[in-house]
Amino acid sequence: MTAHSLSLGRILRFTLLSLGALIFLAPYIFMISTAGKAQSEIFSSSLSLIPEHWSYVENFTKALSRVSMPTLLLNGVIVCAMIFLVQVVVAIPCAYAMAKLKFRAARFMMVLVMLGLLVPIHATALPLYVAFDRLAVLNSYTALVAPFSISVFAIFLFLQFFRAIPDDLIHAARLDGMSEVGIVARVVVPNAWPAITAFAIFSVVAHWNDLFWPLIVVTNQDYATPPLGLLSFRAAEAGDDYGALMAATLIITLPLVAAFLLAQKRFVEGITMTGLKG
Amino acid sequence: MASVATDMPMAAADRREGRIAWLLAAPAITLLFLFILLPTLAVVVLGFTDFELGYGGFRFVGFENYAELVSDRTFRRSLWNTAVYTAIVTPVSIVLALAIAMLIEAETRAKAFFRTVYFLPVASLLVAMATVWQFLFHPTIGPINTFLTQLGIAGPNWLGASGTVLYGLSIIGIWQSVGFNMVLFLAGLTAIPRELYAAAEVDGAKSWFDRFRLVTWPMLGPTTLFVTTISIINSVKVFETVKTLTEGGPNKASEVLLFTIYQEGFVYLRVGYASAMTVIFLAILVVLMFLQYRVLDRKVLYA
Repeated sequence: MTAHSLSLGRILRFTLLSLGALIFLAPYIFMISTAGKAQSEIFSSSLSLIPEHWSYVENFTKALSRVSMPTLLLNGVIVCAMIFLVQVVVAIPCAYAMAKLKFRAARFMMVLVMLGLLVPIHATALPLYVAFDRLAVLNSYTALVAPFSISVFAIFLFLQFFRAIPDDLIHAARLDGMSEVGIVARVVVPNAWPAITAFAIFSVVAHWNDLFWPLIVVTNQDYATPPLGLLSFRAAEAGDDYGALMAATLIITLPLVAAFLLAQKRFVEGITMTGLKG
Repeated sequence: MASVATDMPMAAADRREGRIAWLLAAPAITLLFLFILLPTLAVVVLGFTDFELGYGGFRFVGFENYAELVSDRTFRRSLWNTAVYTAIVTPVSIVLALAIAMLIEAETRAKAFFRTVYFLPVASLLVAMATVWQFLFHPTIGPINTFLTQLGIAGPNWLGASGTVLYGLSIIGIWQSVGFNMVLFLAGLTAIPRELYAAAEVDGAKSWFDRFRLVTWPMLGPTTLFVTTISIINSVKVFETVKTLTEGGPNKASEVLLFTIYQEGFVYLRVGYASAMTVIFLAILVVLMFLQYRVLDRKVLYA
C-alpha cells in the first residue's frame, strides 16, 4: 500500500518537474528552432519546431556580418576579466588586514563596507557619468571598469572566509620570515580558493549581463559589451528579422551558458555561497 | 595590550602591524571613497540643484526638484509600475522556487538535471533572452498566441498593450529569477537535520503538509527572509527587460524607476532632477534593508 502510494507520488513529482522544466526550456527551444527558419516560415506562425528549409547558414551569416560578434565577445571577456582581477587584487589585502591584523580602523572599515553594500551602481551613475565626461574618458575600457574596481561585497565575502583561517598558520609563516604581502599571496590566497572561485562566478555573471552602465558610458560600438551590442543589433534590424535576431542571441548567450554547463556544480555552489553571504 | 609600558617591543610590533594594515587596506579605502561614498554624497547634493549636462553653471534650488517629483505624472506612474511589478514577481518567484526546490530535494534520480534546467536562465544573458521572449510574446507570429489560438483563445498583444505589458515583463522576471531563489532554498533545505522530520513524525505529523508546516517552513525562516529581501531589491532594480523590449511604453505603461532615472539623467541630461529621483530610489533600498534587519532581529530572538 505505502509502496504503491509512494510510487504514485514519485510519478506525480516527476511529471510536475518535467512539465516545469519544459516551460523553463521553451525560450531556448524556440530560440534554436527559429534561428534556423526563413523569414517566410516564421511568419506562417506554425508551432512546428523543426525548420522546413534549414536557414541556419543564412541567419548566422546575417547576424555575423551586421554586428562584429568577435569584438563584442572579446570586449565582454576583457571587461569582465579586468573587473574581476582588480576587484580581487584590491579586496583581498584589505580583507586580510581587517580579519587578521591589529588594525584600528577595522570597525570603521566594516561600517563603510556595510554602507557600500547598500549602494548599487544605479545610485552612483549620475555623478560618475558627469565626472567621466569631464575627464573625457567615456567610450573606453577605463570607463567600463573603473566604477567596479572596488567591490565591497568581495571584501565582505573574503573577510568571513579569512576569519576562519587559523592564526597559527599565519604566525608560522611570519616566523619563517615571510612578509605580510607574502603571507597574503602564499598562505591566505591558496586557502581561500573556494571563496575566490565563488566570487569569480558572481562577478563575471553580474558584469557580463550588465546593460545599465555600458549603455551610459559607451556610444562607440568598438567598446560595446555583448548586451549593448545586441541592443544596437536589434535597433538596426528593426526587430523584424527574427531568424537573424535569434541567431545573434544564440551566439551571444552561448559562451556563458556553455561555461555554466561545463562547471555547473561550481556555478551553483558559487551563486549559493555568494547569495547567502550577501 | 594591557602591558604597554612594560612591553615596549610588543607595542612597537603592534604599531608596525597597524602601519602594514593601513597600507594593505589603502587601495580599497581610496577606491571606496572615490567610487562609492563621494558619488553617493554628490548625488544627494546634485538633487538640490538644477544642474543639466551641457550647460555651464547650476544653482541650488532647495527642495524644488522634490516638489516637482510629487506632481510629476511620469514619476508617479513609474513608482506605481515598479511596485506592481515587484508585487507580482517577488511572491510568485519565491513560491515557485520553494515548490521546485522541495520537489527537486525529494527527487532521487534526475536531481542534478532539473537543478541545471531551472538555473539556466540565471546564467543566460538577459538582454538576449528578453529578445527571445519578445518573439514568444509576438501578437501574431509568437508561439504563445499561436498556441492560445489553437485552444480557441484570442491571445493579447502582450508587450504591445498597456493593459498587459507589465504582466508580460513580470513573466520574464519570474522566469529569470526562480532559479536563483531555488538554489538558495535548496541550500536551506539540505541544512535541515533529517532527525527533525523523524521527530515530527513521532509527534504525530503524519501528512506531508504537517511536516512542511512544523519543520520545513520554520527551519527555512532565515533563508526565506533573505530570499524575499533580495527578490524585492532585484525587482525594484528592473531595467534590462524594459529598456530592451518596451522603452517604458506603450503610453508609459511600463515606465519603471530605473528606466525613468536613466531617461531623465542620461537621455534628457537633467542631472539635478534625475539625482533627486535617485535619492528616492536609494531611500527605498535603505528602508528595505532596514526592514530586513528588524525582522531578522525578531526572528533570532524568537528562535
